[in-house]
Amino acid sequence: MTTHNSIAVHHVTRIEGHGSITAEIKDGALEQVRFSVVEAPRFFEAFLRGHHHHEVTHMASRICGICAVSHKCAALKATEAALEVDISDQTRLLRRLAYHGEVLSSHILHIYFLAGPDFFDLPSVFLLVERDREMVRRAMRLKNLGYDLSKVVAGRHTHPIAMVAGGFTFVHQAENLEAMKDRIAEGLNDLQDTIRTLQGIDLPDLERETEYVSLTHPDRYAFYEGEILSSDRDEPVSPDRYREVIEEYVVDYSTAKYARWNRPEYMTGALARFNNNYEQLTDGAKTAAEDLGLTNPCHKPFANTIAQVVECVHCLEDARDLIDTLLNGGIRPDREHENVKDRAGSGVGAVEAPRGILFHEYEYDEEGKCLSANMVIPTAQNLANLEADMRAYVPAIAGESKETITHRLEMLVRAYDPCISCSTHVIDLRF
Amino acid sequence: MIHLKKKPRVAFFDFACCEGCQLSVLEMEEKLLDLLSHVEVVEWREVMSGKSDEYEIAFCEGSITRKRDVERIESIRDRAETLVSLGTCASISCHNALKNRWPMKEVLELVYGDSGGHIDTIPARPVSDVVAVDYQIRGCPVSLPEFETVFTHILTGQSYDPPNQPVCVECKLNDTLCVYEKGMVCLGPVTRCGCNAICTAYGDACQGCRGLIDEANTEASARVLFREDLHPIMAEVARKNPLTREEILAKFSIYNDTSEPDEEGESSDDNA
Repeated sequence: MTTHNSIAVHHVTRIEGHGSITAEIKDGALEQVRFSVVEAPRFFEAFLRGHHHHEVTHMASRICGICAVSHKCAALKATEAALEVDISDQTRLLRRLAYHGEVLSSHILHIYFLAGPDFFDLPSVFLLVERDREMVRRAMRLKNLGYDLSKVVAGRHTHPIAMVAGGFTFVHQAENLEAMKDRIAEGLNDLQDTIRTLQGIDLPDLERETEYVSLTHPDRYAFYEGEILSSDRDEPVSPDRYREVIEEYVVDYSTAKYARWNRPEYMTGALARFNNNYEQLTDGAKTAAEDLGLTNPCHKPFANTIAQVVECVHCLEDARDLIDTLLNGGIRPDREHENVKDRAGSGVGAVEAPRGILFHEYEYDEEGKCLSANMVIPTAQNLANLEADMRAYVPAIAGESKETITHRLEMLVRAYDPCISCSTHVIDLRF
Repeated sequence: MIHLKKKPRVAFFDFACCEGCQLSVLEMEEKLLDLLSHVEVVEWREVMSGKSDEYEIAFCEGSITRKRDVERIESIRDRAETLVSLGTCASISCHNALKNRWPMKEVLELVYGDSGGHIDTIPARPVSDVVAVDYQIRGCPVSLPEFETVFTHILTGQSYDPPNQPVCVECKLNDTLCVYEKGMVCLGPVTRCGCNAICTAYGDACQGCRGLIDEANTEASARVLFREDLHPIMAEVARKNPLTREEILAKFSIYNDTSEPDEEGESSDDNA
């Protein structure tokens, strides 16, 4: 008997933004599978034109509510490169601190609120309140610790206020930074409880080696700064050359833009960073990886969520060190942002957003007004790899019920933690 | 009027936006759990599985930018007793409206090149421009005390008017040094408060995210830097910010653009 399963999930829930899955499975064999982005495009690249760089960097964080600090930092770095602005070591340390806050809050949102309910077999984290209110409190505490680390640096996480080209618009108070240290200690304990919770979780067993792309930095696990590294290559490439290495392409069955470098697809995000930069994780993060059974390298896409837990530990341990460095150096009230001068130029800013490598590029005229803007977001770069994983995974689950196949494919999409609101630049209108 | 005997059903929906307002709501921690204990959340795509067409209260984030969004918001309006526009995108369009300055085919071509031919996009409008809105929560993002206030007003059947005084009122209450005295241009004098003047407290100028106060005199506000008999403080602002009148009006546009392309997609600026 011929069996034919058509799977269509419109607007996958518990992801950031709107995406849909379609799959055709005949006699246990996959005929076709797609993940389509159905988010309403917002045209940032068009309407930023004509605005002064101060307005451009203000608006850039509004691309995404989850990765607001990442978009802000990418825009600031690109703008500072274009205007030839040097920032101080203090500013760099503070931005890295705000960044750790964002990675923590974003990852926690994904681990507990988006992916988590699948682990606990519930439709939402709110239904956990009855069963385990303390776990929900823990999730919210950790998420807010992330927000507050960004807030102590920039006034607010969504959307950061005080971060501008050249530095900050207010003077950071040592006691506010100092106060975060107790919260960080509490957060590290909460992460140990998180690890214990996740140790019993049975993740679907899909293994597929692919190309892993992330930033890399000689001195530290790269988030805020670094060069582009592929697991297929020995030498990293300067972010200024991103258009040469990250090739966007169109496939015949979709109008979405896909991305490739050395292979037809690559993965970016927590697992790619873990694989490329494992040695630079803090000791506590390496222990967390061991406790969670995450080995380097790891080729299991479902383990992306586990790599996020490891990065949370790294971010909090490194945040503690950053605060110590800032306090030991003494906080200087620098007003460097007031010296930023308008000039013509163009620049690229590359950062590791929680979901992977993110590029912003701007060109300004001599009055500092934007002539052109381009952004390449991590979720767009992951689309081809996600579909390749789906093709590899479906044969293993093709014998299951339609409901199970659908649920597993949704889980695979969630493992990538797609962030589609960011999709200034990617769209597929096929339904 | 919603009767508390049966828990009202609440749904969250989003259109073109960054989803930051919904995320901000999650920051409320214990308070959110308390608020939600008075209602039944039946749909919130971002954080839960499950969909429902039956709800009394709908929170809608984002702007209407596609033909199919118009149909969707109309059907939400039909189903909900109470519709709330959550945030600046839903209330006044936020940056989304900036694309309205160009014909849609031009912005499509710029961002997508040849491959954008099938993309459904129409000039961006706030939710309140398409359907009747019962409660408005402005802000980019929303302020959490205001979200809580509106939520309790809805549950107790009271109406709510967003604050309609300038941000300057809150700046003064906070003892924040006037941004103009620092030599910067600020939109606080013509922008609605309710944010507790958070941006000026952190040293930035107000960028106008809650929209203009009613009958704001933006022309006068822009002109004030070009008078011949400037007050010394304003003279210093004008010296440090050699802006043209058009550039000052452009500053207003990032949250308050009112350009409306006509049906054929040709842009016309009716910004008075």
